[in-house]
Amino acid sequence: MNLVIKKSIFPLGVVVLIAFSLGPVLWQVLTSVKVNEAIAAVPNVYFPSWQQLTLEHYVELFTRRPLLRYLFNSALVSISSTLSCLAIGTPAAYALARLRIQGEQIIMAGILTLTLFPFVLIFLELLKIIQGLKLGNSYLALIIPYTGINLPLTILVMRSFFQQLPKELEDAAKVDGYNTWQILTTIMLPMTIPALVTTGILTFIFAWNEFIFALTFMTQETMKTLPVAAAQIGGSSVFEIPYGPIAAATVVGTLPLALLVFLFGRQIVQGLTAGAVKG
Amino acid sequence: MAKVEIINLNKTYSQKVVPVNNISLQVADGEFLTLLGPSGCGKSTTLRMIAGLEQPTRGKILIGGRDVTNLQPGDRNMAMVFQSYALYPHMKVYDNLASGLKLKKVPSSEIKQRIAECAKLLGLEALMDRKPGQLSGGQRQRVALGRALVRRPDVFLLDEPLSNLDALLRERVRAEMKKIFASQQVPVIYVTHDQTEAMTLSNKVAVLNNGIVQQLDTPTQIYTHPANKFVASFVGSPQMNLLQLQCHRQAAVLGDFLMHGRELPQMPPSIILGIRPEHLRLARPEDPQKIEGTVDLVENLGMHNLIRLRVEGADGLTLRVLLPSDQAWEGERLTLAVPPDRIHWFDVQTGDRL
Repeated sequence: MNLVIKKSIFPLGVVVLIAFSLGPVLWQVLTSVKVNEAIAAVPNVYFPSWQQLTLEHYVELFTRRPLLRYLFNSALVSISSTLSCLAIGTPAAYALARLRIQGEQIIMAGILTLTLFPFVLIFLELLKIIQGLKLGNSYLALIIPYTGINLPLTILVMRSFFQQLPKELEDAAKVDGYNTWQILTTIMLPMTIPALVTTGILTFIFAWNEFIFALTFMTQETMKTLPVAAAQIGGSSVFEIPYGPIAAATVVGTLPLALLVFLFGRQIVQGLTAGAVKG
Repeated sequence: MAKVEIINLNKTYSQKVVPVNNISLQVADGEFLTLLGPSGCGKSTTLRMIAGLEQPTRGKILIGGRDVTNLQPGDRNMAMVFQSYALYPHMKVYDNLASGLKLKKVPSSEIKQRIAECAKLLGLEALMDRKPGQLSGGQRQRVALGRALVRRPDVFLLDEPLSNLDALLRERVRAEMKKIFASQQVPVIYVTHDQTEAMTLSNKVAVLNNGIVQQLDTPTQIYTHPANKFVASFVGSPQMNLLQLQCHRQAAVLGDFLMHGRELPQMPPSIILGIRPEHLRLARPEDPQKIEGTVDLVENLGMHNLIRLRVEGADGLTLRVLLPSDQAWEGERLTLAVPPDRIHWFDVQTGDRL
């Protein structure tokens, strides 16, 4: 009896943890496919019958609003800022990992401070800059801040990854005749794919989910990103909250992220645990 | 053709840290030079400077008369084998071998042909499509060797290439390497702390300590005529006996016995006597010079017994003695012959050979 309890504690814990983590997501998915009556029903409908299921919220989402446009905006801004973040951050991290730079400690301390800095605090100043540069309602208004905010973390993660790659490998490449740029692109980068994917996805998730900047810097309907658009879904009157379409928008917005993580799960784990154990 | 000359090479990090102190060496075509020394003696730094991976503080490096001191590593046409092998982990064996040639814009038909040749020589044919992670230590070592060989460089540099192999494999690869590099008509510079590798592989050995060349000679000369106390103690296993003794006329006083070696023009008041453990043997009646002592410790090494002998009347002074294990002796006491021509004299102050 005792053994049975002991043996079942672990699987039970796993089930509870998964239920706890997935609960809100599952609730959103469920809400997005229930008819309005079932959504509002008391007591809650946990297992809707066939009649209570519908795709009308999704149809409504795509027909009444330019959802594809929002998706495109979100994707464009997220992908661009992720790529520019990696493109700028990786060479910087490589230099910081391998060159003996004067004041390297100070630079690293600065980068670490920036990583911990609450970015909302620069919001007002950033708004003025965007206005001054007349960047409002352009993709650059989001791409530049997203890149900047995620750059410190990218540099930190990539630098520690570069540091744990053996130095003799670069020496061998130098003797073979590679120049520094070729070493970075043909020798080092292929080995850092896990780290690139990890930092890339962190940046992507941030950019995809970001709300405040997107809400403020993009006022034109055609330039809005998905989180802002989803939040602005309104009912026909102030008294009606369109739970169904909001839930559907949430699901549509989460899907790309879930897909990314599914695809690159292995690399993410590798990247996050880089340096923890010798491989 | 591509003789390597190193002239007054110096690397200074700070006043106190001088890993390489004005080293001058020459390695001719087909010559195999080993830089031998304990860790921290400057041998690896010297090699890295020759490769161009470190910049010397002073001095020059010439290859075939061409000054390469300020050239990039890739422009020196040298190939290097690293201790960790440093194979590119994301490339197949074939691409690892080909990478240096591709950068040199060697035509692809020639690359193929050279790699095929090299693979045959090293027995790598079956491994071409594998990645380094799927190879054993010995196979990786051969790929690393192959990557250097296909380049057909002006100079080969090897940095402790055998030290990551297990003992049995090391012996086999050592023999293979000797054959391979004997057929390459270019200078080879090899760094190791292992004296066996140095003795077996090279035509010339430079024994380094504290960034200074202690002796540059053939392996035989280094063994038979060590230039100073350091070389004498570093080369040879078990270590040479080095005893500081008082002198009496032309002999050194070892306990109750007078040790005569090579006649010196002038015997100093005290001297360091060196004698290798393997040169001491059980005495026969006709031997001119003998010592007696009590056996303190016997270590069985299989083929030999390593004995620690407490010399009679020498106030606790001990000698290491290597006797073939089929030679038995009786009791605690031993009488040994000390061949006078095997005795080395070193200066007490400078440690130099007298």
